Amino acid sequence: MTAPLLQVNDLRVTIGGNPVVDGVSFHVSQGEILSLVGESGCGKSMTAFSVMGLLPKVARVAGGSINLGGKNMLTLPERERRRMRGNEFAMIFQEPVASLNPLMKIGHQIEESLVVHRGLNGKSARKAAIAMLEEVGIPEPEIRFGQYPFELSGGMCQRAMIAMALICQPRLLIADEPTTALDVTIQAQILELMKRLRDETGTAILLITHDMGVVADMADRVAVMYAGRVVEEAPVDALFARQEHPYTRLLLSTIPRLDDEPKSILPTIEGLVPDIGQWPVGCRFNPRCPLADKPCLESQPPLAARSDQGNAACWHADRVGEIA
Amino acid sequence: MVSSSAAVARPAKTRRLPWTVVPFLAILAGLVLMAIFAPLVSPVDPNAQNLLARLKAPGFSSRGIVYYLGTDELGRDVLSRIIYGARVSLLVAFASVALSGIFGSTLGMVAAFYRGWVETVLMRLVDIVLSVPAILLAIITVAVLGPSLTNVVIVLALTRWPRYARVAYGQTLSVANMPYVRLSRFMGAGWFRLLSRHILPNIAGGLIVVATLEFGLMVLFEAGLSFLGLGVQPPTSSWGAMLSTGRNYVGTAWWIATFPGVALFLLVLAINLIGDHMRDRLDPRSR
Repeated sequence: MTAPLLQVNDLRVTIGGNPVVDGVSFHVSQGEILSLVGESGCGKSMTAFSVMGLLPKVARVAGGSINLGGKNMLTLPERERRRMRGNEFAMIFQEPVASLNPLMKIGHQIEESLVVHRGLNGKSARKAAIAMLEEVGIPEPEIRFGQYPFELSGGMCQRAMIAMALICQPRLLIADEPTTALDVTIQAQILELMKRLRDETGTAILLITHDMGVVADMADRVAVMYAGRVVEEAPVDALFARQEHPYTRLLLSTIPRLDDEPKSILPTIEGLVPDIGQWPVGCRFNPRCPLADKPCLESQPPLAARSDQGNAACWHADRVGEIA
Repeated sequence: MVSSSAAVARPAKTRRLPWTVVPFLAILAGLVLMAIFAPLVSPVDPNAQNLLARLKAPGFSSRGIVYYLGTDELGRDVLSRIIYGARVSLLVAFASVALSGIFGSTLGMVAAFYRGWVETVLMRLVDIVLSVPAILLAIITVAVLGPSLTNVVIVLALTRWPRYARVAYGQTLSVANMPYVRLSRFMGAGWFRLLSRHILPNIAGGLIVVATLEFGLMVLFEAGLSFLGLGVQPPTSSWGAMLSTGRNYVGTAWWIATFPGVALFLLVLAINLIGDHMRDRLDPRSR
């Protein structure tokens, strides 16, 4: 097997000295969709921003390595990183409407990467942008090219943002909750579009989400994060079939099922994600875990091989199936 | 090609101007045209003296020339001098607004964009310049550099730029955190592209409002400096200078000071009302 496109090793990010990402490792191969799952505040977005090399000013990378296409992103000079951004890897956000400049024509925003990275201008950039608009399923691309974001719906804006991200044919697309702000039918269309573009172009996708439905639909592999760490990581089918970390198990059990008793109370995971800097000793999930006992309160379980494929970090991996 | 469906989808870009603004827009346009075409519209040479027709009342005529607004102490036509004076007022106001606007906006945007020590240094400088009494600084500077049109512009630009810097700074702070600026950065855009293509267009509304309101103030400042003898030098006519000399004759020849005063009043009133209207239209706070 060739080296993965993106290899993150033992990444540590701190905000004001408190760790927010604490030894995260994962990899994404060419053409693969890896889903990074977890509740708000578990460090998913910080991990993505680290990969882009654009952490918020308060956050700092404290250790680890990020290797993208054979280059170490953490030691690469900013000039080089800027050349790669939008060109070799790109990102899309969850607020499609706010992510487009309200005073700039859609077409010119889509051209931007071509102008910045390829020095393209005028006719050829316009042609490429219109082709890209068509590619992402926007009807009448010539007209849309000259329109402003307020003239487009939310789903259209998300399509336009995907067009922006993919126009330089990046090898990796980081999608930070790309469908959270959209209603379900549009969400399905956008996910379908992303999958189709992946199949056509071979772009790998790092999909950040908290929606297990999206994960089941999209991902090849899943990495579940909790309190700054990857707690379980496996191919999507294996993970949905068998969980070896209680958090994954409980996360999946919170999804209502069609065969549930009508009007039954929706299951929740008791408690909250601990605040940054107040992570418990031992396994970080212990305050909320039904299986927690002495070893869990004392030391952190390492990420170890699951019984089938992938890894999980639980002292009682064999007993996770007992949780109802 | 724009098809008809796009034309329908696009809402009307121009809203009807309220009737309260239209007359003032007309006054401003009239004064601007008057200044541009001064040689064509002024009845006589503004500097031509006629010592036999000194201090004549409006409507006086001599040798086939009608002095509609009377003559001054050297027998020059007050109307022609007002027309030429408009050039000075508008030129000084325009140049100083342009200079201070570009300078101040750039510094404000840079301060908010880079934060850190750049922000601290620039914004403290803004505080310092704002705390210096502008008119006093103007008097001192002109006294040192010597009175001239260029120096008036320089002084006004140097004292007024913090206004724009403050507005640009505040607006940039809020716009720089918008997802579209972040996205563009994530697409590999550099600082110049971010500032010029994404931030500036989105903060321009506020800056235009400040510039309009400042424009009126600059007209008054120029008149004030010329009144004090620190602006345009004779024989070039300026409304401020005309007010100054007219003051000496206000008991006997009221028209020398009155008409430039009226012109000044109309110009500043028109600009301020248009500025207010622009603020209502463009200011994000009143949207």
